[in-house]
Amino acid sequence: MTSPIEDVAASQAHADEQAEETRKPTRFAGLQRWWNGLARPQQWLVLGLVAVLLYALPLLNPPLLTTPGYDFPIVLCDMARFALVALGLNVVVGQAGLLDLGYIGFFAVGSYVAALWTSTDSTMVKIPYLATLPLAMIVTGFVGVVLGLPTLRLRGDYLAIVTLGFGEIIRLLATIIPALKGNTGFQNIGSPPGAWNGKPVFTITNGTPWFWLFLTVIIVVTLLLGNLERSRVGRAWIAIREDEDAAEVMGVPTFKFKLWAFTIGAAIGGLSGALFAGQIGFVNNQKFDVATSMLFIAAVVMGGAGNKFGAMIGGAIVAYLPYRFGFIADKKYLIFGVVLVMLMIFRPQGLFGARNHLLAYGRSIKRQAARLRRDARGDAALKEGA
Amino acid sequence: MASHDNDIPGDEAPEQHERTYSTGHLSLDKSGEDASGTPADGIPTDSPEAPPDLDSEAAQIVHQDRDIAVAVGDNLVEIRDLTVQFGGLTALDAVTFDIRRGEILGLIGPNGAGKTTCFNAMTGVYKPTSGTVTLEGKPLRGMKKHAITRAGFARTFQNIRLFGEMTALENVVVGLDARHQTSVLGALVRSPRHIREEKTSIEHGMALLEFVGIADKAGELARNLPYGYQRRLEIARALATEPKLLCLDEPAAGFNPAEKEELMALIRTIRDDGYTVLLIEHDMKLVMGVCDRIVVLEFGKKIADDVPKAIRENPAVIAAYLGVEEEDADGAA
Repeated sequence: MTSPIEDVAASQAHADEQAEETRKPTRFAGLQRWWNGLARPQQWLVLGLVAVLLYALPLLNPPLLTTPGYDFPIVLCDMARFALVALGLNVVVGQAGLLDLGYIGFFAVGSYVAALWTSTDSTMVKIPYLATLPLAMIVTGFVGVVLGLPTLRLRGDYLAIVTLGFGEIIRLLATIIPALKGNTGFQNIGSPPGAWNGKPVFTITNGTPWFWLFLTVIIVVTLLLGNLERSRVGRAWIAIREDEDAAEVMGVPTFKFKLWAFTIGAAIGGLSGALFAGQIGFVNNQKFDVATSMLFIAAVVMGGAGNKFGAMIGGAIVAYLPYRFGFIADKKYLIFGVVLVMLMIFRPQGLFGARNHLLAYGRSIKRQAARLRRDARGDAALKEGA
Repeated sequence: MASHDNDIPGDEAPEQHERTYSTGHLSLDKSGEDASGTPADGIPTDSPEAPPDLDSEAAQIVHQDRDIAVAVGDNLVEIRDLTVQFGGLTALDAVTFDIRRGEILGLIGPNGAGKTTCFNAMTGVYKPTSGTVTLEGKPLRGMKKHAITRAGFARTFQNIRLFGEMTALENVVVGLDARHQTSVLGALVRSPRHIREEKTSIEHGMALLEFVGIADKAGELARNLPYGYQRRLEIARALATEPKLLCLDEPAAGFNPAEKEELMALIRTIRDDGYTVLLIEHDMKLVMGVCDRIVVLEFGKKIADDVPKAIRENPAVIAAYLGVEEEDADGAA
């Protein structure tokens, strides 16, 4: 006994299979299939191994990867900084689809929070460096809300222009406001406590502990963002990115979730800024130009907007290449520009533009489908029997 | 109803049988206790028009069991003097009609008559210039679009507007999220409520897809789905918000006659499951075949409001659709 609905389902399934065959396989399809085929514990195992490898990187200093002329652990810190920034910006640009060109502003605010509350040059009250990390997140998150409240009613290009302005405003404020010390900046920014053989662990010349700190922060942030992604919140962001009006009509409070995306993105940017300030031990107004903001966007787009791993890898690559190939350092904007144009043409989803899973228990779909089918069969059998 | 409480897909084998047998009784009990003899449950499953076995567990889960303040047959939605003006153009002119709980109400009219405008004014996409829309006696004026959805209006779009980069199931779960309470903090730390909601989402979402007949493509990206599947997915996504009133905006656009037949069957099943349906449609055969009552608009004004048979013979409606010689030729659509 087949209902007409099942008939049409069958015929359309057939048509869809044919359409499927004509689709081109993507470069990383094999990798993705392998990954999706793994059971959850196996995935964790692979991720664990990758993490161990990453922690070992500054000690291994692999010959091909190493950076001639630059201290490798310090380079790794810079890569990690970009990766963390890209992770935060990915929430705003990649997931919620809000083009934010002034992300450097949040990064700057985070840096200045760390500087103001720990530097010996600052007249503010001093707190331990590690306490500035959550403080930086709170302050930048608050700045995100303040910026987002009036501007998130704008869409697309208009929002991009306003955020671009915001980035510049923060940089100019750092120049104008005397307390922020403009070009002179703040020296002797604090660092986490701890000593090894009588010498402090965290110094501005030794990148390794800082890299480990960065990496730990990145892992924690990734796990938390993963939780958000596979929840009502992550789905709301993607829905907003795909079709904001339809999302609103489907009951998504779009403004609220856009504001959340903005706030969370800002907080992660601020966190990265505070870590950066501690690592290089010096903050002034020269490091927060618009070009760097564009580099952040380039990192996210290059890696694959919407995918947190892609964005992180994109961030690391953007930071790494100028160090590895010293001759491109002064032409990096030109080269990244050309690369971006090529990507837009040949791989608009970015290098690792894999889609995210948005359901926390998505793996039980098949089981659920089988159960429904069995139930249908059982019912049909029951009817025939009766 | 019973299936809501059950969110452990793990141990299925023994309980599965029990459920298979019980569903039939449950649905019988249900129709007996809350709506026996009412038009809402009018079409029994052995009617030739109704799809014979849209399997019962799916139907059970999908079954409308929200508290609706009005009784079956009473006015669920009241639209009073609804007027929408765009500058000097009056797109909707003092339109008044009711939607009764448990009916399928057709909204028809020639192109540009104001059908979609009426939809948009009801669901908050347009701010009405004047007039009121009340749901269960509560006015919806000034509410945000997402709040109106949560109050109980759900709609589909004339031009399909799915979330292309999400799978079919994820699209439906976005609709389900309208009833979810998890906060950002709760999701961040995976609160028990979050876990509970996520688990029921899968069950509920799959049942909805099964109900509209597209569960076999649950894991496909919406933009890769065939056209017919996309239309049905729109309906499933709207149903997921647990609406008191489901508004379908030309759901059969682009369908062939066979597909339209199936869609009519689906719309009836939806109504039989306790939903109230407002249907905009051009296809006269579909509208006449499926609606309990029809409201006809022309140039933003209501010209008729009656059962299909009477509408078919209403001279004003015939004039609107076919034109009359005395009037200017523009009147004919």
